[in-house]
Amino acid sequence: MSKGVIAKTLHEFTDALERTLVSEDSAHGHGLLQSLDPRVKLVGLLALVVAASLSRKLSVLGVLFALGIVLALASRLSPFSLARTVWLVAFGFTCMIAGPAVFLVPGQVLYQLPQGSLAISEQGLHGALLLIVRVETAMTLSALLVLTTPWMQLLKALRALAAPVEVIALLAMTHRYIVLLMETANAMFESRQSRMVGRLNGREQRRLMVNTGGVLLGKTMEMGNQVFQAMQSRGFRGEVKLLTDFRLRTQDYVAIPGFAIAVAAAILAGR
Amino acid sequence: MTAILPTHDFNSSSLEFAVDDAHFAYERVAALQGLTLEIRAGERIALLGANGSGKSTLLRLMDGLLFPSKGTVRFRGAALTEDALENDAFSHSFRRRVGLVFQNPDAQLFNPTVFDEVAFGPLQLGWSREEILERVHATLAWIGAEHLKDRAPYRLSGGEKKRVAIASVLVIDPDVLLLDEPTAALDPRSQSQVVELLESWNDGRKTIVSATHQLDIVSEIAERAVVMERGSVVADATSAEVLEDMDLLEAANLIQRRRRAPRLPARVSL
Repeated sequence: MSKGVIAKTLHEFTDALERTLVSEDSAHGHGLLQSLDPRVKLVGLLALVVAASLSRKLSVLGVLFALGIVLALASRLSPFSLARTVWLVAFGFTCMIAGPAVFLVPGQVLYQLPQGSLAISEQGLHGALLLIVRVETAMTLSALLVLTTPWMQLLKALRALAAPVEVIALLAMTHRYIVLLMETANAMFESRQSRMVGRLNGREQRRLMVNTGGVLLGKTMEMGNQVFQAMQSRGFRGEVKLLTDFRLRTQDYVAIPGFAIAVAAAILAGR
Repeated sequence: MTAILPTHDFNSSSLEFAVDDAHFAYERVAALQGLTLEIRAGERIALLGANGSGKSTLLRLMDGLLFPSKGTVRFRGAALTEDALENDAFSHSFRRRVGLVFQNPDAQLFNPTVFDEVAFGPLQLGWSREEILERVHATLAWIGAEHLKDRAPYRLSGGEKKRVAIASVLVIDPDVLLLDEPTAALDPRSQSQVVELLESWNDGRKTIVSATHQLDIVSEIAERAVVMERGSVVADATSAEVLEDMDLLEAANLIQRRRRAPRLPARVSL
């Protein structure tokens, strides 16, 4: 049976989410970023994200983006996987936001549309490109952090950098819980599909989405409570505790000045 | 045992739990209505009752996850209150002694691998690294799940999930084990594996409280049976006595003596 748009989208969303959240395989790999102390990696990559956000030059953003690709390759991450899960998604969303600026920002006209008064301005195009490359770069660097660091180590690194206990507890729960929620949503749609004859029209699909959203909200609260109670029951009090203790090694002492130089250079050159 | 956290000294009375006139409601729906129950050390008890009789709520109260709106729940003389469990020493000592296995293993298994899952409790209790490694490996070997240690818990079968959920609690070797529907939704082989696991863990000194409505396992997992209905205790006797009382079981909606299934409505012609 051919699936409806909603069920199909949700199914793909679940797959994507599972790939991202349960990407423990790549996080446990033997690449460059995987070998670094999570604290060094967290601070270094986030500082690069900040540098990318501050940069006003396409060339600097391009270099940072290229650096992200080099780090991904050195960490044995597939650029195709990054393209599918990060770049395309970021590109789509950013285009929606930046698209109108191409026409609305006044400036030197590069191309006049045949009908109407709309024109593509050089300043508008530059601004849109700047936003798209900036978002792509920031998303790539953030994805590198998530894909090369086991989730619990990432939380422990955040805690080591003084993130509040409440935030850590929330993130720890969210990790497991989002996948569960998506699985539940998927099961609900599959159950619906199995009892459905024919296809739903647009109005019926919207009504189904609203109804499912309501039921999911109820299940969300119930499951959230259960997961947190299960953690509490085994002694969890907000602190992330791991068997491995963080320890700086030779590669970390090389990475720290490496990150510092890259960040400083990007900020200075990007002004 | 290397406990590096502060501890609380519970009294050594043989009375493990004392639940006195406990009331609890979700929103406006009453789950417990003046429930009173005493549990002694080393007892194996089955809490029997139909869906909605308050079994799961009682277990959560006994595990200090929920708190009664009226009445008290005491563990070895100490009242289980929000304030008490906010205290590090009390919380650490209580969690070390009492473990709860949830009905839904998906809610309980939240770590990336089975090994991390079983190590979660000991880590929270501040055990040494060496002791955690030794205990986790021994526990996984005991439940026959060493080969699963690197697997993601959510990818296990129902029976495997339940065994890992039980192992993740038994690894700390608690004095009291609370089980919510330990064999619900399991196939017969997984059911008997879980029952055997519980039998082999209990050496006569441990207290086991199992909430269930599956009567076929009661005589294997408990000597005493407490029947609950609408949030209160309606019978408290030996398992054999309760299982023989058909009128009681039927009144508590635990058996249905009618043999004919209700007829389905006639098929609607389209």
